Amino acid sequence: MAVETAPAPVVEKKKKEPLFSKKNIRTLRDPLDDNNPITVQVLGICSALAVTVQVKPALIMSLGVIFVAAFSNLIISLLRHSIPTRVRIIVQLIVIATLVTIVDQVLRAYMFDVSKKLSVFVGLIITNCIIMGRLEAFALANKPWPSFLDGIGNGVGYGLILVIVAIFREVLGSGTLLGYPVIPQWLYDMGYENNGLMVLPPAALFIIGLYIWAQRSRNKKLVNVS
Amino acid sequence: MEHLLNLLIKAIFVENVIFAFFLGMCSFLAVSKKIKTAFGLGLAVIFVMVLTTPLNYLVLTYLLKEGALGWIHPALAKIDLTFLAFILFISIIAGAVQVVEMVVEKFTPALYNSLGIFLPLITVNCSILGTSLFMQEREYNFAETAVFSLGSGIGFFLAIVLLAAVRERLRYSNIPEPLQGLGIAMIITGLMGMAFLSFSGIQL
Repeated sequence: MAVETAPAPVVEKKKKEPLFSKKNIRTLRDPLDDNNPITVQVLGICSALAVTVQVKPALIMSLGVIFVAAFSNLIISLLRHSIPTRVRIIVQLIVIATLVTIVDQVLRAYMFDVSKKLSVFVGLIITNCIIMGRLEAFALANKPWPSFLDGIGNGVGYGLILVIVAIFREVLGSGTLLGYPVIPQWLYDMGYENNGLMVLPPAALFIIGLYIWAQRSRNKKLVNVS
Repeated sequence: MEHLLNLLIKAIFVENVIFAFFLGMCSFLAVSKKIKTAFGLGLAVIFVMVLTTPLNYLVLTYLLKEGALGWIHPALAKIDLTFLAFILFISIIAGAVQVVEMVVEKFTPALYNSLGIFLPLITVNCSILGTSLFMQEREYNFAETAVFSLGSGIGFFLAIVLLAAVRERLRYSNIPEPLQGLGIAMIITGLMGMAFLSFSGIQL
């Protein structure tokens, strides 16, 4: 519900520029591929990989990050003229921590099993570099509405990688997708076995490494960014 | 005593913050290009970790937990403030890092110069907050918390110095262009993680 009400006052202020102008669309779309927070900006890998053993926690985690990224961007952008630069890190952390607390309490109240599975990683959204990075790089210098879109774009870009990795790991590692079996029984009868490595932490790193390889071979622009 | 030693070994090797939980990966990948800087960051992380996790433990036990406020007034004994844990933890970490930075700058300028920008960056290092949150989730007591934070710090130090050493050698290897940099660093971290998996199950 908050999603509908929050951007409204912003819209009135910015009548000159259409709400979904080309620039705003680009702000929203760039983080999905060309400027993906994980594979190109190298942010937010920390808390990402441990929740990708199954698709469901990965989805919930992404939703949490999208929510926090969008609204912290919005709030910091609204406050950007009144925050003294010297203490801005602490102000940003407090805003993020408050939003993360909301996400955590909602998860605990309505999806306790998922909350248990994500364990400390919900709390770690606070130190997720994507959110801090976007606040520093975008929200402090831009108007609220583009900042909000930037938050959503980066959150979705992060979620995209998370879900891709989670799909590989769940299908190959446990033969299920969102809990439903997808590998047909006759394959098991023929001697196919689930790949135990996929359930272990290193698999996530391999998949991301290979994804980066594929992305950069396709898009030579990104080679040697970091 | 043996229990604490076990916990230390477990935190360093078996449940290494980087290879088992991917905490602190951002600075891990960004700062592991040279051994020297990796060394500095590793030391700073150990220091901040050992300082903040026990502090957070004290705050959690004497301010936030249900019944912790009973010493002020019996009526307050029923208050459970643990939902404030995130905000207080991160404020304490940010504050502690700031204090550490000022103290180090004042008294040992040489160390300050070698740590450079890494000190303020530690605030947003996931491994620090992660250690505090694990401490809360696993309900360690004070001694366990102290040992666990030391172990996590050393684990991070070990991992980042090892990766930096590998990456220094990698510079002379013939890697496909799109895989250079981030891609190969990820895969190497994965391989090192597999090597660390062999520690699992070790007990003293």
